[in-house]
Amino acid sequence: MNITCVCGMGIGTSMLLKMNVEQAASSLGLDAEVSTADIGTAKGAAQSADLIITSAELAEELTGLSTPIAVVHNFTDVSEIEAALKEKTQ
Amino acid sequence: MAVLTLSTALPDTSFRLDVEAADWRDALRLAGEGLIASGVATPTYTEEMIAAVEEHGPYIVIAPGLALAHSRPSPAVLRTGMSWVRLVHPVDFGSPNDPVRHIIGLAAKGEQEHLDVMAALARALSDPVSRSELDRVPTPAALRALLDPDSTNTTTETSTGLEEE
Repeated sequence: MNITCVCGMGIGTSMLLKMNVEQAASSLGLDAEVSTADIGTAKGAAQSADLIITSAELAEELTGLSTPIAVVHNFTDVSEIEAALKEKTQ
Repeated sequence: MAVLTLSTALPDTSFRLDVEAADWRDALRLAGEGLIASGVATPTYTEEMIAAVEEHGPYIVIAPGLALAHSRPSPAVLRTGMSWVRLVHPVDFGSPNDPVRHIIGLAAKGEQEHLDVMAALARALSDPVSRSELDRVPTPAALRALLDPDSTNTTTETSTGLEEE
């Protein structure tokens, strides 16, 4: 599956999130391709993604998309990311 | 493209450990000071980091007590690098992860150069033991060693991080 991590600028927080999403996906045995996008281009990038992962603040800016959105509060908590992935992929 | 190491990304001059900030804007200015002091960014970049939070909210507070302050690559970024602020008294950003003690400043020229440093950061922050040590390590060198235990020797010998400029 394709997962897009979204942050405001696409270079900082989303990159850190991507690394932990990859770790969470691998421990769940998910075959995931993880990319990053900034909030400005996220709506376009989301069309090719199966799942978007982002913060609560930015999720509010991404309304109206058909792609499911998983909200993560602690980008460094791999177990929280695993739980979010499980919820959205099962 | 050079791969950034912790010692060049986070030289001693980029740290503001155990300082005071009046509010979140002040805290971001301290992170900006560290980037300016190590030759990574101009004062304009500090304003860009503040504007990013004003525009998108406190999403940069990515973990309890920790913010990763940044804006996008711009002419105000002179080279890729980071700064680290540890506050005596944590401040609120208006985030569920408040209050914030650590503010990491990030200025990037592109998307790839800082990958290794971000990976080290991600590892240290997701390990509860390392995470709690970040609150009390005494020096920049000790903090770098915590982020990358394998490079303790190289991080201590390049204490200014400016030799390669």
